[in-house]
Amino acid sequence: MAISLTVNGAKRQVEVDSAKPLLWVLREDLDLVGTKFGCGAGLCGACTVHVDGQAVRSCQTLLGDVKGAAITTIEGAAATDVGKRIAASWIAQDVPQCGYCQAGQIMSATALLSQTPRPTDEDIDAAMIGNLCRCSTYVRIRAAIKAAVA
Amino acid sequence: MSAATLSRRAFISASLIAGGGLLFDLTVPMALAADGSPVILNAFIRILPDNRVIIGAKNAEIGQGAKTMLPMLIAEELDVDWAQVSIEQTHADVKIFGGQSAGGSRTTPREWLPTRQAGAAARAMLVAAAAAQWGVAADTLTTDSGKVTDPKTGKSIPYAALATAAAKLTPPDPATLTLKDPAGFRIIGQSIGGVDTPAIVSGKPLFGIDFKLPDMLYAVLETCPAFGGTFKSANLDSVRALPGIAHVLTIKGDGTPESGFDGVAILAKSWWTANQARETLKVEWDDSAVTGFSTQDYAAQAATRAKGKSDGDIVRTGNIDTVFASAGKVVTADYSYPFLAHATLEPQNCTALFKDGSIEIWAPTQNPESGRGLVAKALNLPPEKIRINFTRIGGGFGRRLMNDYMVQAALVAAQVPGVPVKLLFSRADDMRRDFYRPAGWHGFRAALDKSGALTAFHDHFITFGKDGKPVRSAELSPGELPAGLLDNVLLEQSFLATNMPTGWLRAPGSNALAFVYQAFMDEVAVAAGKDLPTLMLELLSKTAQVSQGANRPPFVTARAKGVIEKALAMSGWANRKALPKGQGKGFAFYYSHAGYFAEVLEVAVADGVPKVKNVWVAGDVGSHIINPINALHQVQGSVIEGLGQALAGQVITQVAGAIEQANFDTHPLQRIPDTPTIHVEFVKTDYPPTGLGEPALPPVIPALVNAIHAATGKRIRSLPVTAEMLA
Repeated sequence: MAISLTVNGAKRQVEVDSAKPLLWVLREDLDLVGTKFGCGAGLCGACTVHVDGQAVRSCQTLLGDVKGAAITTIEGAAATDVGKRIAASWIAQDVPQCGYCQAGQIMSATALLSQTPRPTDEDIDAAMIGNLCRCSTYVRIRAAIKAAVA
Repeated sequence: MSAATLSRRAFISASLIAGGGLLFDLTVPMALAADGSPVILNAFIRILPDNRVIIGAKNAEIGQGAKTMLPMLIAEELDVDWAQVSIEQTHADVKIFGGQSAGGSRTTPREWLPTRQAGAAARAMLVAAAAAQWGVAADTLTTDSGKVTDPKTGKSIPYAALATAAAKLTPPDPATLTLKDPAGFRIIGQSIGGVDTPAIVSGKPLFGIDFKLPDMLYAVLETCPAFGGTFKSANLDSVRALPGIAHVLTIKGDGTPESGFDGVAILAKSWWTANQARETLKVEWDDSAVTGFSTQDYAAQAATRAKGKSDGDIVRTGNIDTVFASAGKVVTADYSYPFLAHATLEPQNCTALFKDGSIEIWAPTQNPESGRGLVAKALNLPPEKIRINFTRIGGGFGRRLMNDYMVQAALVAAQVPGVPVKLLFSRADDMRRDFYRPAGWHGFRAALDKSGALTAFHDHFITFGKDGKPVRSAELSPGELPAGLLDNVLLEQSFLATNMPTGWLRAPGSNALAFVYQAFMDEVAVAAGKDLPTLMLELLSKTAQVSQGANRPPFVTARAKGVIEKALAMSGWANRKALPKGQGKGFAFYYSHAGYFAEVLEVAVADGVPKVKNVWVAGDVGSHIINPINALHQVQGSVIEGLGQALAGQVITQVAGAIEQANFDTHPLQRIPDTPTIHVEFVKTDYPPTGLGEPALPPVIPALVNAIHAATGKRIRSLPVTAEMLA
């Protein structure tokens, strides 16, 4: 049975098993590969997307649970003012090294700034602790979030 | 590829490799120029009609910055503005592009001269073309921002207008080229962000895992949990019957981890579907020969071997026995460290399409030519029937110097000709099919004379090996300091058997040896009534150079002293005793990958939990920091990765031949709250620039444990650091 959801502002329909994780629906069925597979267990944050504005791990979110929800992925992250500032800040600070975790980092950071426009270091730690960076770009992630404050 | 193209390339490659690693392509561009296409000036450079310049990035990009840095070298000598330049990743072919591996921090030293020469050769040809057009001598002309100027007449001509004529010229002998005076560098030494950063930030498909072909199938691969087990039987037909499963097939390994072991592959249009089907797969393996191995047993064997005679000497100088017998004081300590996984965040993957007796591969690989050799052997194909394309790589750290996943993808693809296949490891596959940093045990002794001077040093290093030789990444160099700085040194090694594949993890060897050597030397310094930097500076004053073997530059003691003094000054070392109780500073120096690094670390220990507050890093990697922003990033990443090895709880254990850990809960990485303030300075010396991917990592671990000792009086002699050790 077809399942409808809104992805980056566009209505999309997919006809796959409702038990399929959103991560794989995005990557395989909607051709949105910016969202990354890292651990498959909610431990690394590489697959972070927004579901109705909340940062969630798409590898742990089943398609059936997001029926009708509004999904934002990295491909649509810069559509908002906060998303634009985060993207510009990420480029200005040259945050990425290998870059693989950065979609997840940006989605977590965008959710943080949307909800907490002037985060403290503790706020940043709490919002970003679930996102691993194997290259350890943490110094710049923190700096880029601070620099993106309006 | 037509035979004509092949022979042309072969001819050009041969002449230009002999000329110093330069590879021009002068025949193809004339053919292309006729139809108005971009003029290809050489294998690395294309100049477009609008004077934009496309530079081929020939190395794998793993986050080390090579894709930005190498084109910077070309653009500098070509004398174009960086704003004119776009970068294109080349494919992998050593015959066209020269060395393309990403490992050993070797890209910078390998490319510093020939890559600049490539740019300079192209510039020289453009200048010669302008000189011919204007009827003046080439050496009267100047260049800048992608144009040639005659200062006498004030006339300028953009490179694009000269490219076709220049392409007809014979390439100059690199030896005759004059490279820029460094005082005139306009790109080298500027901070330039990663060329892919905007694409990463907007989520563009860049990585191996992202690459798709029409009608591609995804593959998951089951292998024997115990390394080296072979396939006996499986319920293949019942898995084939599951919905959505396209193929279930077996692949045969050659018995070596480098080519991958036997496996059962499940193919489907969806990786998720294939991976779900795997839960119903039941395989019987023949693993009786490899289930006897366990980390517990290695530790027991190491303890026994430590009491006995070693398997052989690496260095034996002076008269060890006499000096120890007459020592004023003997310091002894045993150190150890565990196996570690690479845990790149992008799991190993490879896409392959086998068709008409050829195979095309899209791989995140740090070492494509090695992969080509293995695939050629596994498929019994001539190497020229294998095309390897690079993708961006979601972390290397040495894992992708091995190409097991490439061979496995090729073996699967060869069984479904015409169908593209992407093999993708799950996280558990990735962690359990690694080439691990080998564990090791060191029994140290040092002799001090009555005045407190270090007079003899002894290490019995127990590691893994076979037939009297260490496994990959378990080597001990005869130049390992303080060897070379002391008269009486004994370094010896003993080997345990294992079935665990071992490999190069960022700063291989050094990431473990720095910890044990510099932590033990801190114990020696304290026993001698001094601090470690004082002891190191004393030792370094005894000689100017220590040989590192025939093909490597010697260790220069003046460079070591330079970074040590810098780190002490940066960190306020002299005032370290003023820190409150429970806080301390530790020092370490280490030389690896031709880089000299001294680091001071400040830690606060409360309730058994160490919190790293500051790390001061002084490094010497030669005369130039090519891309300062990337250099800073490499050092920051190295420091935090090293701290992760010590503090995050990383350890790989083996039971019955198989790995226990499967994900980041049991093999954790540092997270954002664990990030200290990192202060970085470079000491520039008159030596050719060397690489920065690795050498800042090793000293942070001994600096940490030495700081913990300063803060608590407790010695950390094995990793990872645990709360029990600090209780």
